[in-house]
Amino acid sequence: MNSGVSVENIRRNGALYVAESRIRQMSKWKGIITVVAVGNPLFYLVAIGIGIGILVTENSGTSGTGGVEYIVFIAPALLANTALLGAMDETVFPVMEGFKWRKMFYAINSTPITGPQIALGVFLAALVRVAFSVFVYWILLVAFGVLSLQDSWISVFVAMYGGAAFGALMMGIVAGVKKDDYFLTVLGRLVITPLFLFSGTFFPLTNMPIYLQPIGWISPLWHTTELGRYFGYGQELSGTMLTIHFLFLTAMLIVGIKISNIRFTNRLLK
Amino acid sequence: MRSAVEIADARADKPGHQIYAGRARAIIERASIALRSSTWVPIATGFIEPVLYLLAFGYGMGALIGDISTSAGAVDYTVFIAPGLLATSAMNGAIYDSTWNVFFKLNESKLYQGMLATPLGPLDVALGEIIWALFRGLSYSIAFMLITAPLGLVPSWSALLAIPAAVLIAFGFASFGMAITSYFKTYQQMGLINIVLLPMFLFSGSLYPISVYPDWLEFTIKLLPTWHGIELIRDIWFGVIDFSSFSHLSYFLVMIVLGLFFTTRRLRDLFMR
Amino acid sequence: MSESLISARGLTKKFGDFTAVDGIDFDVAKGESFGLLGPNGAGKSTTMRIIAATSRRTSGTISILGRDPEEHGPQVRAHLGVVPQQDNLDTELTVTENLYIYGRYFGLSKKFVNKKVEELLAFAQLEEKKDVKVEALSGGMKRRLTIARALVSEPDILMLDEPTTGLDPQARHILWDRLFRLKEDGVTLIITTHFMDEAEQLCDRLVVMDKGKIMAEGSPAELIKKYATREVLEVRFGSDRNKEVAPILREMCERIEELPDRILLYVEDGELLLEAIAAKKLHPNTSLVRRSSLEDVFLRLTGRSLIE
Ligand SMILES: Nc1ncnc2c1ncn2[C@@H]1O[C@H](COP(=O)(O)OP(=O)(O)OP(=O)(O)O)[C@@H](O)[C@H]1O
Ligand SMILES: [Mg+2]
Repeated sequence: MNSGVSVENIRRNGALYVAESRIRQMSKWKGIITVVAVGNPLFYLVAIGIGIGILVTENSGTSGTGGVEYIVFIAPALLANTALLGAMDETVFPVMEGFKWRKMFYAINSTPITGPQIALGVFLAALVRVAFSVFVYWILLVAFGVLSLQDSWISVFVAMYGGAAFGALMMGIVAGVKKDDYFLTVLGRLVITPLFLFSGTFFPLTNMPIYLQPIGWISPLWHTTELGRYFGYGQELSGTMLTIHFLFLTAMLIVGIKISNIRFTNRLLK
Repeated sequence: MRSAVEIADARADKPGHQIYAGRARAIIERASIALRSSTWVPIATGFIEPVLYLLAFGYGMGALIGDISTSAGAVDYTVFIAPGLLATSAMNGAIYDSTWNVFFKLNESKLYQGMLATPLGPLDVALGEIIWALFRGLSYSIAFMLITAPLGLVPSWSALLAIPAAVLIAFGFASFGMAITSYFKTYQQMGLINIVLLPMFLFSGSLYPISVYPDWLEFTIKLLPTWHGIELIRDIWFGVIDFSSFSHLSYFLVMIVLGLFFTTRRLRDLFMR
Repeated sequence: MSESLISARGLTKKFGDFTAVDGIDFDVAKGESFGLLGPNGAGKSTTMRIIAATSRRTSGTISILGRDPEEHGPQVRAHLGVVPQQDNLDTELTVTENLYIYGRYFGLSKKFVNKKVEELLAFAQLEEKKDVKVEALSGGMKRRLTIARALVSEPDILMLDEPTTGLDPQARHILWDRLFRLKEDGVTLIITTHFMDEAEQLCDRLVVMDKGKIMAEGSPAELIKKYATREVLEVRFGSDRNKEVAPILREMCERIEELPDRILLYVEDGELLLEAIAAKKLHPNTSLVRRSSLEDVFLRLTGRSLIE
């Protein structure tokens, strides 16, 4: 055993070391992270929730949104979106940076820390960020009286779960990206924006023509949102659908972690 | 054949010769050469965002909202948001080109430094880069028209004038965006641009009339360039040209002039330290 | 002296409170090859940028071909070919495209530039890489391209800020040769460098700068004559004994410099001194007699070694 560096400890806690260093880096930008975590969904909530809400109420009351005010209807969706975007930010960029831009994963890997441990570390750190953003936003929703404290607290965990599932998948995908020229642009335009718009965020998915609805079915945002509406304000949801939503997210989480582990291991071996 | 010296000397007495060599086209030529070997995917997919918004909000929200009353009478919600989205995409495109792209050239590649070591002046660089960005804006606007027309969202031929108007709006945003970008030093600061722009876009009436707001908010929004851009395009789209249309137009003319002035000065200060 | 192409008086540049160039005077004659020599941070690049009309002086005057670069920036820059210390090639373009577009920035016609590009590709020995993106070039190739690029407008004055940094010895000698030929064609060269051999090879006249000031000025030979002796004897006694023997040696030569690892003794005849030292039974571990160089001038003037 050499000078106090315990290989045993590193083997056991490697992922925690990685997570810790990621969280340290994040905390440098905590000001900006908070502004984004709060500002982004807040703007949507006010601009669309209230602005469009007025038009919706004038035109069709609450009949189109399952009997709740429009702003209540979109609140769980925005909460879910916060979770998913936060998870994406903290997986896509660190993984790009670690493998490509600054290549520090290779440096970490030259210690006894393994690829899957690095992946897990990044993932855990992302969860911290997600938990933070979701919690802050939920407090805000409660403070504005959009959701109720006692009845909606489970939806915080639902949003986090959705964020975890999406983050795991993104990490697996990005770990395989070799050319980043336009990956991020395309990801934003062809994946993130469509998911945001076609996941029943601002209106029930069933308002869409049937041929556009499948985008929602495969979207983690839709599944998270539907669960969020059920646990957030008690929107009706059958037991079957409840199970399907959970299973979908769980499958995504497992697949994401599996792919990440394989890709991290292989890419670091090269 | 004139030499570099003769070419420069010929301009020596012109006003503004220190900042403008009359050769913005050299910058545009450079951009077109760079385009040949650049990747097409990000450029080609650029027009897709407003189309997605149109589909999502048009179909999805239309059912909840119904018709909207405008100066041109009550219109279907999808028809209402189409011009707003055209304006938004023109502004967004211009901002992207004049912030992220310019940021990279200023800080990472030191491209402008090389340019400004030649007889070119900062105004050549600013104008060239901005005009180039407008080509992209122009092609996105045309693509948007080509998609919305068959859907029956374009009410008349005169709405085609919205294309040059969108380019004008993009010009205003690009010239200002470049000046502002010159102050940023890190990517994190660049991230702040988005969080400032988001409310400007969300609140400026692309998705619903701002008359739903309380007076003080409505007044504030009317100061924003995003609102003027959306209104200008909407006026043209629905063929309701009146005094306020001209006020929007002049807003952007002023914005272009101020933006160019500001950018030129910043570039000069940055590279002539 | 022939007509003065560049003339600076009391030239000063401050960055905030910090004075990077501190009231320097110099003249450069047409067709001359003029060197700025000095350690890191001496103010060489800053001076170059002021001449190149890409930086504003804080005070003093400078005229280039009779013009003030602040009043006539574009006209001054049209005369210049600039090789900055750090390459700023256009990374989105290929080698050929880089040369071509740079010519276009000067307003030159396509026909002229295209012809010139062929010539410069040969000059920089980059014909094989002509369609390669700049990113894919080696460091030395980039340097050569930057130098070639500066020539696209057929400048009268070529400004080279550490031109050979990163070049291999062969490429360096080839470049020196090319610069010589440009000089024969009447191009005025302004060069900064850390390399003594480069300065001695290329410069008709040079100034030694340190901390923003000019310490000395003259041709390489003049400077050596004035600030150093004809020969130098370098001796090493091992780091412990160096200190002991130094006082004895001091009495035996014109000047002595104690460096961390060796002692430099300045005399007209090195061999003679070495014999005298041996006669005193002081036997150095190693000894070397060489001719004085600009390095010694520099050491004398600044008390520091040029390349640490
Ligand atoms: N833009 C700037 N802002 C602030 N200080 C600067 C700037 N440019 C140069 N300096 C300072 O001015 C001094 C002279 O710098 P300069 O680049 O001219 O040195 P140099 O002689 O070229 O050195 P080197 O051999 O390392 O290239 C340095 O101390 C440097 O830190
Ligand atoms: Mg320098």
